[in-house]
Amino acid sequence: MDLKDLYQEIILDHGKNPRNLGKFDNYNKDAKGNNPLCGDNVHVYLRLNENKKVEDIAFEGHGCAISMASASIMTDMVRGKEEKEVKEIITDFLGMIKEKDSLETNILKDDEKTKLMSLSGVKQYPMRVKCATLSWHTLTSALDNSDQIVKTEE
Amino acid sequence: MNIDDIKREFPIFDDKIQNNDLVYLDSANSSQKPRVVVDRIYDFYTKEFSNVGRSVHYLAVAATNLYEQTRVSVQKYINAKDKDEIVFTKGATEAINLVANTFGQKYLSEGDEVLLTELEHHSNYVPWHFLRKAKNIKIEFAEINDDGEVTLESIEKKITNKTKIISVSHLSNVTGAILPIKEIVQLAHSKNIPVLIDGCQGAPHLRLDMQDIDCDFYAISGHKMYGPTGIGVLYAKKKWLEDLPPYQGGGGMINEVKKEGITYGELPNKYEAGTMATAQVIAFNESIKFMEKIGIQNIEKHEKELLDYGLEKLRKNNSVNIVGNPKEKGGVISFTIEGVHPHDIATILDEDGVAIRAGHHCCQILHDKLNLPATARASFGVYNTKDDIDKLDEAINKCKKIFNL
Repeated sequence: MDLKDLYQEIILDHGKNPRNLGKFDNYNKDAKGNNPLCGDNVHVYLRLNENKKVEDIAFEGHGCAISMASASIMTDMVRGKEEKEVKEIITDFLGMIKEKDSLETNILKDDEKTKLMSLSGVKQYPMRVKCATLSWHTLTSALDNSDQIVKTEE
Repeated sequence: MNIDDIKREFPIFDDKIQNNDLVYLDSANSSQKPRVVVDRIYDFYTKEFSNVGRSVHYLAVAATNLYEQTRVSVQKYINAKDKDEIVFTKGATEAINLVANTFGQKYLSEGDEVLLTELEHHSNYVPWHFLRKAKNIKIEFAEINDDGEVTLESIEKKITNKTKIISVSHLSNVTGAILPIKEIVQLAHSKNIPVLIDGCQGAPHLRLDMQDIDCDFYAISGHKMYGPTGIGVLYAKKKWLEDLPPYQGGGGMINEVKKEGITYGELPNKYEAGTMATAQVIAFNESIKFMEKIGIQNIEKHEKELLDYGLEKLRKNNSVNIVGNPKEKGGVISFTIEGVHPHDIATILDEDGVAIRAGHHCCQILHDKLNLPATARASFGVYNTKDDIDKLDEAINKCKKIFNL
């Protein structure tokens, strides 16, 4: 295990200064997620336009550097993408965190993939995987209009 | 007492953990186990095992005697009047659930109030919440002050003529505040209100005298007292154990079972349904003996020294904020670092073998009140040294460096 893999510069940057933090008025989809073990929570807001494209996205919440950075990078990455593409990115990201060595989707550019791969350090820290995935599960829930609050524990 | 000698009695410190010497600062969560306790479990299973209280063969009688010896040891250790006032449970959580359930059944009805405090562990809130749902009772919370203490006055303020039971922590697992439990019991009894003390953090660190404290119920966790997991104790005054209904039904707790009806067993069997955690109860006797050998007053003194040293050291460390400042405080230091989330602190400290806890420590009400989503917590046991605290301090500095503080 190496802490430098976990706390890469980009994570520390996004963790300290999360992009898209806050709430905007005309969102039409949102969902909450929380991690009952540590009390971290996230609320994702997004606006899907008539062409099913993510026009805007933001999040509120608090948590560790990993969870904040993950939500920050995620919201940056899916803005402007179509719902179908967003879902493919989510599946690809969660698959990478879970078992795959790399990201496979063609939707993301190489530099975007590099950014996402910076979160792969959590694989060595099983207790921290949930920190990285909470906002992504919450985004899925928002897209699916689920009323269920996403929990990392069942 | 020589801490190095004591530390050597704990096998966990023999080997490196992830290439580090273990700096274990998570005893408020669960303590490490001395060799005598581990060996006792092994010996019991390999040489003496049988179920207790049922069969009449040699092993069964011997095991029953061992099991009952622990009851007597606990009775003496906490100075209870009678050994029948000691009920074994699977933990302090079950002990509190037992009281909430049986007392609730018999004595609580709609509109009645249960008085807790804002610093209670979830295990001393959720069982009462069940009653709020089932019986429409009310739960009141005595407030903490700015130092993270609960004073007698704060309890008094919330007592009404509807208050039917008071259930409070002995020692907070977050701020470390030691509550004035004897005074709380006196006050409550003057109004005919019984008191349950959640002694999870009290029993491992403070001298206990049930007859002096005079509380009605006291819940103890075995695994925080250098004992095995899966074992706890409910101390309850005999009058309550005789008066309240049984908690769980099953073998061992009955007197006579007929198609038409059932009568229940005598104390303490009435509250020990089914096969209990026999090996753990028997090994728990070794934990008590281990603590008695060192002497609780020596443990208290040692942990107080560590606490004073730790507080002084961490207060000098810039950007470390210590949560709460109680005048009477046990060996718990909860803290935050400006700009670093407690989970990140815990992960980074762990890299150097410094084991702490991060999160809300099962005290969300308290964290909400403090307006902190989470804290980092270092807590002490008899095996900790000042060197451990120096390592904690160094690891905190490393943490600050990673986060460019």
